[in-house]
Amino acid sequence: MTERLFEGADWDFHTLQRITDACEEVALGDLGLDVYPNQIEVITAEQMLDAYSSVGMPLFYKHWSFGKQFAYHEASYRKGLMGLAYEIVINSSPCISYLMEENTATMQTLVIAHAAFGHNHFFKNNYLFKQWTDADGILDYLDFAKNYVMQCEERYGRTEVERTLDAAHALMSHGIDRYPGKKKLDLREEEKRAGRRRQHEEEVFNDLWRTVPKGASKTRSAISLERRRKLLGLPQENLLYFLEKSAPRLAPWQRELLRIVRHIAQYFYPQSQTKVMNEGTATYVHYRIMTKLHQQGRITDGNFLEFLGSHTNVVFQPEFDDPRFSGFNPYALGFAMMQDIERIVTSPSDEDREWFPDIAGKNDVMGVLRDVWANYRDESFIGQFLSPKLMRHLRMFHLHDDPEERAGIRVDAIHDERGFRRVRRELARQHDVGYIDANIEVVDVDLSGDRRLILHHHVIKGSQLNETDAKRVLQHLADLWTYDVALIEVDASDKVLREYVVSPRPIAAAVA
Amino acid sequence: MPIHIIDRRLNPGGKSLENRQRFLRRAKSLVQGAVKKTSQERDIKDVLEGGEVTIPLDGMHEPRFRREGGTRDMVLPGNKKFIEGDYLQRSGQGSAKDSGPGEGDSEDAFRFVLSRDEFVDLFLDDLELPDLAKRKIAQTESEGIQRAGYTTSGSPANISVSRTVRLALARRIALKRPRKDEIEELEAAIAACTDEDEREVLLAQLEKLKAKTKRIPFIDPLDIRYRRFETVPRPVAQAVMFCLMDVSGSMSEHMKDLAKRFYMLLYVFLKRRYKHVEIVFIRHTDRAEEVDEQTFFYGPASGGTLVSSALQAMHEIVRERFNPSDWNIYAAQASDGDNSYSDGELTGMLLTDKILPVCQFFAYLEVGESGGSAFDLSDSSLWTLYERLRNSGAPLSMRKVSERSEIFPVFHDLFQRRETAQEKAAP
Repeated sequence: MTERLFEGADWDFHTLQRITDACEEVALGDLGLDVYPNQIEVITAEQMLDAYSSVGMPLFYKHWSFGKQFAYHEASYRKGLMGLAYEIVINSSPCISYLMEENTATMQTLVIAHAAFGHNHFFKNNYLFKQWTDADGILDYLDFAKNYVMQCEERYGRTEVERTLDAAHALMSHGIDRYPGKKKLDLREEEKRAGRRRQHEEEVFNDLWRTVPKGASKTRSAISLERRRKLLGLPQENLLYFLEKSAPRLAPWQRELLRIVRHIAQYFYPQSQTKVMNEGTATYVHYRIMTKLHQQGRITDGNFLEFLGSHTNVVFQPEFDDPRFSGFNPYALGFAMMQDIERIVTSPSDEDREWFPDIAGKNDVMGVLRDVWANYRDESFIGQFLSPKLMRHLRMFHLHDDPEERAGIRVDAIHDERGFRRVRRELARQHDVGYIDANIEVVDVDLSGDRRLILHHHVIKGSQLNETDAKRVLQHLADLWTYDVALIEVDASDKVLREYVVSPRPIAAAVA
Repeated sequence: MPIHIIDRRLNPGGKSLENRQRFLRRAKSLVQGAVKKTSQERDIKDVLEGGEVTIPLDGMHEPRFRREGGTRDMVLPGNKKFIEGDYLQRSGQGSAKDSGPGEGDSEDAFRFVLSRDEFVDLFLDDLELPDLAKRKIAQTESEGIQRAGYTTSGSPANISVSRTVRLALARRIALKRPRKDEIEELEAAIAACTDEDEREVLLAQLEKLKAKTKRIPFIDPLDIRYRRFETVPRPVAQAVMFCLMDVSGSMSEHMKDLAKRFYMLLYVFLKRRYKHVEIVFIRHTDRAEEVDEQTFFYGPASGGTLVSSALQAMHEIVRERFNPSDWNIYAAQASDGDNSYSDGELTGMLLTDKILPVCQFFAYLEVGESGGSAFDLSDSSLWTLYERLRNSGAPLSMRKVSERSEIFPVFHDLFQRRETAQEKAAP
C-alpha cells in the first residue's frame, strides 16, 4: 500500500523531499531517464521576477537592461497581465530548479517532474547541449563573469563598462559559432585562461621592444586579398569573436567582456534551437510521472484534477484566428508530437507504417523517445516526426505571402495528401535558427585604406534589416571597431540592395 | 542520487534593485520629466504614492539586427475552410506585434512602476531647503552605540583578544619571561651533560628559569582589555510647519484647493528632511484660531479679514510650544491678498519683529481665481505690503498662483537649489 505524498495544498521541505523521491523513482525506473544530480531551490515571487529579468540566470552580472526588464515585468505582473512561470531551470550540473513558494503541493510535484527530470534529462542527453554547453562549468563561469564585470567597473568606471556591454549585447545574436569547433568548451578553464593571459602579458612586457628598429614594412600589394582574408579568419559570421580577436584598439578588459557575452550567447544557442523539443520532453515527462503517481494512489483524485487543469492550460494551442494566437505554442506542439510518437510506436495505423517504418509498432516507447531526445533539434525533429495524423488534428496549413502578389496571400498547402510533406517542411524551416537570424558576416577589412570594416548581409527571400535598428547596432559595432563600418545587403545573385556606412562616435575612440 | 533542497527565500529581497537603480540612473532625466508631468495631473495625496510612469524609449533602446518585409511563409493551425490555391485578402498591414521591453519602434513608450520613495526622491531631487543651519537635537529621541577605544573592565563577550595578547606579549618581553625553547635547550644540555659540577650549575639555572616562568604568567588579568562602547545621542532634527490661511468669504473653493496643494507639497518636502514634522493649522478671518486639518480646509467660516490676527496667533503658539532654539520653523501663508487697510501697519510690524526672526523660511502664496491671470490686476493690499517689507530686506518669499498646474513650478522655483554665494547676497 503506497502512502499519499501530501494532503491538500500545503507543503513543507519534507514533502518536497518525498515528492522528489517519488518522481525520481518513476523517472529513473519507469522512464529510464538519465539526469544530472538535482538541486531544488525555493524562491519568492520577487526572486522569480528577478531571475526572469536576468535571462533566467540568477547569478548574472549587473546591467541596467536587466533592471529595465525587471521594471517591465514587475509592472505587468502587478497589473495581472502576466502570470509568473512556476519554475526556472538551469542547464548546469547539478541541475538547479527554482520553485516558487506560492505553488501548491500539486504544482510543486508537477514542476519537479517537469524541470528536475524532464528538462534535466534533455539537457544531459541532447547532442546540441553536449556539443555547445559545459554544464559542469557554467555556474563557476557566471560567478567569474559577475566578479570580472564588477572589477572592471571599479577600475575603468561604470560608464565605460556599460558602453562596452551595451555594444556587446546589441551584437549578442551574432556572437555565436554555428559550427562545432575543434575543442569542447570548458568554461572552468576559461577563468584560468583569462588570468593566465593577463599574467603572460605582464611577464613578457619589455619596454625595449619599442626601441627596436622595424624592418621596412611590406608594400601594400604584398598582402594579397586572399592572404589578408586568411590572416583575419574571414569570412567570419561570429561578429563578437572577430572583434575580440581583431578590433585594433580595444583594451584587454574590453576584449574579455566581449568574450564573456559571447560565451553566454553560445550557452543559450542550443536552447533557442530546441524550444519545441525541450518543452515537449519536459511536458511529456511530467505527464507520465503525474499519471503514474495518480495510478499508484500517491496523489488524490482532487490533486490530479488540479494538475490536469494546469496541464491543459500549458498545452493549449489557440487557432490562428483566435485573438490569443501568437504562433505555435512549443509546449503544445512538443507534447502533441511526443504523444503522437508514443501512439505510432504502440498502435500504428497503416499510414503510420508507411510514413514511419523505422519506429511504427516497435513497442519500446521510451527507447524511441530517448533516442529522439538525444539526436534531434526542433528543425530536424519536426521535419522527421510530424505525422499526417497530427497535421490533420491541428488542421495545419501553409500560407505564402509575397508582397508582389496582388491577389493576396496564397494558401500554398493544407493538411491533405498533397500537402503533408510541404506543410511539414515549412514548419520545420520555421524552427530553423539558420532562417530566423539574419545571415551577416564580416567579409573584409580595408587594411590599405581607411581600415573600414565591411560586412555583408545575405538577404533571403527579400527580407531586409529594419533600418533604425540596423543603424543603431552598426553604431555600436563601429564604436568597438573604432573605424568606419559598412554593411552591404546583397541578395542571392550578389546584387547590392542597400548599403549602410557608420562612423564611430568620437567618445568611443577616445576610450581606446 | 542525493538531492539538495535549498530554501533561498531567506536571502534578502530586492536583489534586482541594483539593476533597477542602474536603469533609473540611466533614464534619470527621462524619468524625472515623466514624474513631474505625472504629478501635475495627480491629486496631491497621490503624489506620495509613487506609481506608474511612462517614459519614451529613446535612449533606453537595445537594438538588435531585425529583419522585416520580404516574402513570408508561415504554417498555422486551425484551418477551417481553406483549400490549396485559395487567396486571402490582406487585412491592413498585418496586426501589430506584441512587443516586449525594448522591442518595437522607438516611439513606443515604456511604462513601469516607481516605488513611493523613488518617486518622491526624483520629484524633489533638485530642491533644497533654505537655511538649514538651525538643526536642533531633540531631547532623547534616539541613541546610537559607537566604539570608543578599550577599557579594563567589561563583559567577557567584549574581550578584545588581539589587544589582550599584545599587551601580554609586551609584558612578558619587558619582564624577561623565559621562553619555552630556552628551557628546552637547557634541559637538552642537562641531558647531554656529563660533568657533575656543570650539571649542578645547569640544574640550578633551570630551577631559576622555571620559578621565573611561574612568577610571570603567560596572560595576567592586568593584560585583559575589553572593547568599550559608548552611547551617543543621534541628532534628530525637528521642524514645525505653520499653515496660515485666510478663510474669509472672498476665498473661493478653488483658491483653497491651490493653497492645500501647496501645503501638501511643503509637508512632503519637510517630511523628507526632518524626522519630526509638526503641522499647525491657523485659519483666520478677522480673528484667528488654531484648527485641525479638516476644519482648516473644509470648515465654513465668514467674516472680514485681519491678517495680523493670524500672525499674532502664530507668535503666541511659537512662544508657548515651539522654542525657536529647539525647532526649525517654517511658515506658509496663503491668501487672496485682501486685508483691511488699517491692519497693514500691525501686520508689517508683527512680521518683521516677531515672526521672521524665528522662522527659517516664510512663504507667501497669493492665490487667484482660475482663468484670471495673476499679473494683469493691480497688486493686492497684502502683496503691496509684503513687497515693501521684502524690499527693505525682510527674508520673505512670495509667489502668485492662479492655476493648479502652476503649483509645481512655483514650488520648484521657491526651493530651487541656488548657489550659496547668491543666497548670501540676497538674504
